[in-house]
Amino acid sequence: MRQEGLLQLAASRLIGLVPTLLVLITISFFLIRLAPGGPFDAEMAAPPEIRANLEAKYHLDEPLLAQYFRYLGEVIAFDFGPSFQYKDWTVNELIARGFPISATIGGLAMLLAFFAGVLIGVFAALRQNTASDYTVMGIAMLGISIPNFVVAPLLILVLAIYGGWLPASGWDWTWQRGLLPVVTLALPAIAYIARLTRGSMIEVLHSNYIRTARAKGLPERTVILRHALKPTLLPVISYMGPATAALITGSVVVERIYSIPGLGSYFVQGALNRDYTLVMGVVVFYGMIIILFNFIVDLLYAWLNPRIRYDEGE
Amino acid sequence: MALLDVTGLEVEFETPEGTVRAVSNLDFHLEEGETLAIVGESGAGKSQMMMAIMGLLAENGRARGSALYRGADLLGMTARELNAIRGNQIAMIFQDPMTSLNPYMTIEQQMTEVIMHHRKLKRDEARAQAVEMLRAVRIPDAEERIRQYPHEYSGGMRQRVMIAMGLLCEPELLIADEPSTALDVTVQAQITQLVRELREQAGMSIILITHDLAVVADIADRVMVMYAGEVVECGSAEDIFYNPQHPYTRGLLDSVPRLDRASDQDLHAIPGNPPNLLDLPVGCNFRDRCDEAREECREPPPVWRDETGRMSRCVLPMEGGKRVDPDGTGPESRATNSASRENRE
Ligand SMILES: Nc1ncnc2c1ncn2[C@@H]1O[C@H](COP(=O)(O)OP(=O)(O)OP(=O)(O)O)[C@@H](O)[C@H]1O
Ligand code: SF4
Ligand SMILES: [Mg+2]
Repeated sequence: MRQEGLLQLAASRLIGLVPTLLVLITISFFLIRLAPGGPFDAEMAAPPEIRANLEAKYHLDEPLLAQYFRYLGEVIAFDFGPSFQYKDWTVNELIARGFPISATIGGLAMLLAFFAGVLIGVFAALRQNTASDYTVMGIAMLGISIPNFVVAPLLILVLAIYGGWLPASGWDWTWQRGLLPVVTLALPAIAYIARLTRGSMIEVLHSNYIRTARAKGLPERTVILRHALKPTLLPVISYMGPATAALITGSVVVERIYSIPGLGSYFVQGALNRDYTLVMGVVVFYGMIIILFNFIVDLLYAWLNPRIRYDEGE
Repeated sequence: MALLDVTGLEVEFETPEGTVRAVSNLDFHLEEGETLAIVGESGAGKSQMMMAIMGLLAENGRARGSALYRGADLLGMTARELNAIRGNQIAMIFQDPMTSLNPYMTIEQQMTEVIMHHRKLKRDEARAQAVEMLRAVRIPDAEERIRQYPHEYSGGMRQRVMIAMGLLCEPELLIADEPSTALDVTVQAQITQLVRELREQAGMSIILITHDLAVVADIADRVMVMYAGEVVECGSAEDIFYNPQHPYTRGLLDSVPRLDRASDQDLHAIPGNPPNLLDLPVGCNFRDRCDEAREECREPPPVWRDETGRMSRCVLPMEGGKRVDPDGTGPESRATNSASRENRE
């Protein structure tokens, strides 16, 4: 029953993703074209016929709607087209170059955020309303409210410039270069997850079934790990969908600050140069990833929660 | 020696509004094999008294006094010592069957962990015993249904599971807190019947907390009546039913339908409400609602006892009873040897 239910849930969610993606593509397509300026403004100096040639080559001379449908057709075939700015590259190639770096930093940051956040949250909940609870949660509040672009320069200043222990920026696949970006990116998420976990754990510990577990004479460790942890984690798990979006947004800033040639850097470059296809490519690609993660999170949540039955998947 | 001997028990909760005094100078004992019923209106402190004894009070709660279980004080034990007794020698069934089972674990996981922990059984043996116990509480298709989650069970079945879970380690003492009130009437009767049968088979002692005086008459040896955190009357079920001494007990009895009464016509609930536990009156707690109230009731009422163990707390003399604290200080004086402790949780 439950297996069937999960499959049904998965199928119905998958179908629901199509319109979401369509809306994402449509909005970003028209939004970027609303921005003033065009991709070949830098080539202003070039004779008008060369510009016209360029625009014809990239179909920019066609009516907007025609361009839109052409683009839609290409995206369905997973082809994001040629980049306007990086002349010899297709957007697909640029994504293939930048994404592994971004995915590594983002994935590590997500793992760090989840485990550190949960650990801190549980710790605080078990010491509810003590000095250590207040200290940890105070720091978490700071973590949430101080933005990346303030934290990063501080970390660079202390650890790289004064301390000299770590490189200030750049990328070469070593942990030394990865550490600061990963930590910077993870900090707000750690803080948020810690707060979420703490609140959730405290609520769970007040529930009647935890009292039952204690009345059974189980040691406190068993009560926490076996009875309280899973329900505590449910809200945290469902936050991991939105957390993906937040991490991706954060990574654009973090990659810029630490000069990391990830997808975020391409996105910023693309946006500044009105590189329509590159910006669109990154947006749609990241959009797909966010949607995919939300989908996985939904399934995981349903799988962990026995009360979501097959009939609710419809 | 009594199986359980509670002396000078007090339970208080710190709240933003002040200190809630849920249980005050409470003394009682339970003999081996005995069934003691605890009755009283909602908020009388019946549940919290048991929570205190079992070390299950909420964080804002504090217990004082002593609760000797076979001579060892439950209130002074370390978490480890207490855990060796909870779920093993003393089992507890809670008031709300709908929320007392863990919704994220199967019935099997929740049942087997008790015997695997206390009896060090292997999973298979534990499972076999759990299935057998589910059959004993008449869960149909126990073999199959043990794999299900609580939400797949009805309220009555969940309470059966709670009972089965409590009985797995063959406890000496079962504390059942309103095991049937949250359930519909026919299911209530089934649960009560089940408790009675199991008691006969297992020979355990039972503390049964209930609103339902019909159930009390049915299965209790002794009855303890609580009001605003105090025992106001205690005695054999027969005495309490046919010869109640305390005005509150009489009021309670008048508020339930009885076979020995001509009709339900003169059925009436006690008017008024229990006192505010944040600010208990000096003198008798029942004063504002009592037909017999008089000037002396503004002082703490005396306690009367006789040699059968019968007791009443009222200015009215108890039939055949002796006044035990003529100075009117009440049994608080006995709580001096009591250990106080912080809540363990
Ligand atoms: N955590 C708490 N904080 C403050 N007050 C509490 C707390 N827990 C219980 N109380 C109060 O203690 C009093 C006694 O509660 P208790 O649950 O023992 O009543 P009861 O006799 O079991 O009633 P019922 O028949 O409704 O179950 C109530 O007034 C209740 O509001
Ligand atoms: S002491 Fe007075 S008020 Fe209290 S029950 Fe007895 S008669 Fe009533
Ligand atoms: Mg109760």
